[in-house]
Amino acid sequence: MSDFVEVQNLRRLFDVSKPLITRMIDRVPKQYLKAVDGVSFAIRKGETFALVGESGSGKSTVARMVVGLLPASDGTITIDTVSMRDKADATARQKLRKRIQMIFQDPYASLNPRWRVERIVAEPIRAFGLIQGDEAIRRRVGELLSLVGLHPDDGRKFPHEFSGGQRQRIAIARALASNAEFLVCDEPTSALDVSVQAQILNLMKELQESFGLTYLFISHNLAVVRYMATRIGVMYLGRIVEIAPARELFARPRHPYTRMLLDAVPDLHMSGRTRTPVGGEIPNPINPPPGCTFHPRCPLANERCRREAPAFIDGVACHAVEEGRAAA
Amino acid sequence: MTEPVLSVRDLRVEFVTRRGTLKAIDGVSFDIARGEVLGVVGESGAGKSVTGSAVIGLIEPPGRIAGGQILLSGERIDNLPAETMRRVRGKRIGMIFQDPLTSLNPLYTVAEQLIETIRTHTDLTPKQARARAIDLLAEVGIPAPERRIDSYPHEFSGGMRQRVVIALALCAGPELIIADEPTTALDVSVQAQIITLLKKLCRDHGTAVMLVTHDMGVIAETADRVAVMYAGRIAEIGPVREVVSRALHPYASGLMGAIPTLDQDIGRLVQIPGSMPRLTAIPPGCAFNPRCPKVFDRCRVDRPEPIEHRPAHRVACHLYDPAERPAVLEALS
Amino acid sequence: MSDPASKPQASAAPMGAIGRALDADLWFWFRSSPVAIVSAFVAVTLIAAALLADVLAPQNAFDAAQLNLLDGFTPPMERGMGSQMLFLMGSDDQGRDIFSALFYGTRLSLLVGLASVLFSLTMGISLGLLAGYVGGRTEMFIMRVADIQLSFPAILIALLIFGVARSLIPPQQYETAAVVVIIVAIGLSNWAQYARTVRASTLVERNKEYVQAARLMGISGLAIMARHVLPNVTGPVLVIATINLALAIIEEATLSFLGVGLPVTQPSLGTLIRSGQKFLLSGEWWILFFPALVLVLLALAINLLGDWLRDALNPKLR
Repeated sequence: MSDFVEVQNLRRLFDVSKPLITRMIDRVPKQYLKAVDGVSFAIRKGETFALVGESGSGKSTVARMVVGLLPASDGTITIDTVSMRDKADATARQKLRKRIQMIFQDPYASLNPRWRVERIVAEPIRAFGLIQGDEAIRRRVGELLSLVGLHPDDGRKFPHEFSGGQRQRIAIARALASNAEFLVCDEPTSALDVSVQAQILNLMKELQESFGLTYLFISHNLAVVRYMATRIGVMYLGRIVEIAPARELFARPRHPYTRMLLDAVPDLHMSGRTRTPVGGEIPNPINPPPGCTFHPRCPLANERCRREAPAFIDGVACHAVEEGRAAA
Repeated sequence: MTEPVLSVRDLRVEFVTRRGTLKAIDGVSFDIARGEVLGVVGESGAGKSVTGSAVIGLIEPPGRIAGGQILLSGERIDNLPAETMRRVRGKRIGMIFQDPLTSLNPLYTVAEQLIETIRTHTDLTPKQARARAIDLLAEVGIPAPERRIDSYPHEFSGGMRQRVVIALALCAGPELIIADEPTTALDVSVQAQIITLLKKLCRDHGTAVMLVTHDMGVIAETADRVAVMYAGRIAEIGPVREVVSRALHPYASGLMGAIPTLDQDIGRLVQIPGSMPRLTAIPPGCAFNPRCPKVFDRCRVDRPEPIEHRPAHRVACHLYDPAERPAVLEALS
Repeated sequence: MSDPASKPQASAAPMGAIGRALDADLWFWFRSSPVAIVSAFVAVTLIAAALLADVLAPQNAFDAAQLNLLDGFTPPMERGMGSQMLFLMGSDDQGRDIFSALFYGTRLSLLVGLASVLFSLTMGISLGLLAGYVGGRTEMFIMRVADIQLSFPAILIALLIFGVARSLIPPQQYETAAVVVIIVAIGLSNWAQYARTVRASTLVERNKEYVQAARLMGISGLAIMARHVLPNVTGPVLVIATINLALAIIEEATLSFLGVGLPVTQPSLGTLIRSGQKFLLSGEWWILFFPALVLVLLALAINLLGDWLRDALNPKLR
């Protein structure tokens, strides 16, 4: 299987400077937040690649750059051999558009409250000119609604008539309306109750099997990611610290941050995992620590970690792992 | 057996709207003993937060307590005048909310807020109060408290702020702490720290804690007993280990199966069809009956009362009524 | 594909449309608010009177042929010396029936008020939407102009526009153009408030995920603004517009009173007040009193209705 999505060395800076006049008076330079700092990963067709991380890790920024909602500051994004940034690929990219869709976190904000559901779901069909004729479009919308577990007649209603879970189903139907193959899902269930979350996750898995969808799945919830993902990238302060196949990551986490994160998740079954207490909090991303950004919280940190940012080697970015100090 | 710190008896909370009276809490009873953490779990709309607000007397119109009793160490507190209740709330019941920023006044330093609270409820001198405040901050794990105490809330990180809120709740040495989603706004790694802290404090001080959250993981780690709420009623209440691993109520067991876990490969999550009914449309009989996989005729007409199925483990479900055994077996066959 | 267990929830939305419920609620709150009922009654009566002026008014007050100079200065509830007709609210120096004049005055006042609000609404919404959605220099420019505009009293701006128009339009055509000029003058002096409100809500809506979803479909910015953002930002401005209608009517009256508004041949309530003002000291109080009373009633009724609407639509105030 070849790589369907390839992201290389992606960077995104946000200008968080104070206003010009304040800068001149206080003599402070411009300030940038490195939301994403050199992120690379590849997604194979039909798999679910998950990015996990806590707040400020830059996972959502990556998602928005991959779909093209946010321009990247640097780096390359290639989807099905078409570059998302290269000007030369503009026409090919236009064709690619309809194959990439996004599912958002907040099902209350992702549907236009003034539109009926059938118009919402039909929007991509009309925008891309996929089907002609109102009757045909209506039939297709009905099909899509049944596909996500709603009734075709639900198209006549407005979004506020549905619960959070049902709205997320509508959002999924809209994403599928343009026959998308690659769905970027940004925390698709974190606004939902657990029983509804289970419905949506199961639905997404079923749809993936039936249509061979590829997912980029963003979440802060490790348990959800474990259930959904084939491979997982763990992010911390704008960088990927570890990438591994899902099962391996949970069985043998290598990066100290991954280990800490796994230890921190409250355990429903108390199955007797040994837990090391977690220390510290995520530093302010505007002033990240030098060297390895995780070093102030890392039990294995040494002088080198404080000085030198670790390179991403063989699935993990950590001096301790590289030097063999991190006994698994 | 000693008297429970908090005893809620058949609590009913209603919201009067012009479309009729909505029963947000409908006959909820539970006890919390000294040093015990009771987790109250449920999905949005289950009434878990309303229960918490009722205990601290913060139900605002159009809501009202329509029936039942709330006893704090054997004293009724649900019918106290507002002014008396306000003193009880500060001194005998501490509160921790989801967003630490709403519990702290941004215009005053942490020292001012802590000292004011301590002095309202005790007769310490300002100097003693300050010393006590520093002790409290040290106890909740704030590094260098003598220095940090004079900072403003915004100068603390999210996790540290929640620690300050906990210190504030502990000021007057309360008998009971109501924690409403105390970790929901925090990152996973910080969440774990706060849970550990809460558990330790409760053990050290013998404080009773009512922990309201939607996160079953947090409850599994923190609580001694758990009450699972559904549509304003308690579906099941019992020791946390038992409820997590051997839930009795079909809703509770469905809920446990719906939660993805870290240590097991799950092919497919258990899913409960549908969603919680709105308060305007609670079905007759058992509120869960339209979604229940094991529903039988009686569930649609007759509301189940809590049955003590195992010691200290009650469940409101007809499946566990000894009189229903034949009917249940038939329904399941 | 999807398992049968997840099907039953399909069309089970138990509550009816909130939209419909809201409309019903609006009616409910309306019925339970005596102020709203009374002001609505007053406003509807005045509007109906204005619309039906030609039918209802006893006299075509501005047709010189119908006036009888002998009727001049008839006090209220008395018969004129010339025509022997009953003057309910008295007559002015030329024997014009004040009661009839009020119908025509109200009509013009309402027309100017409505048209100018519509004008500033259109302008404010489009500029606010543009500023909020496009951002950058466009936004900066529009909002700075709005700031400048807001730092002058509206009446001053209206006077300025009026003065410019006066010097551009030849005097013989001026009378016909007066209504248009005053509508534009009042309209131009009030758009900034709408633009600000719309820009603020546009900034919120623009970042909502449904707008981003539309962008992912490659829908153009203009289409997103018109189809997605616009319907979601108009609610709050419509409430402001109701309240501003009263202000526009007063502003028109003020301009006319100052003599820079509508000419005596096309009198609004303001013009009527202005002409009545001359006779106040000589004892003919009714010429001023009744137009002023109607103006106050009209403005008050619309204002109270606007206030009520704002409160009724704001869930926090219930």
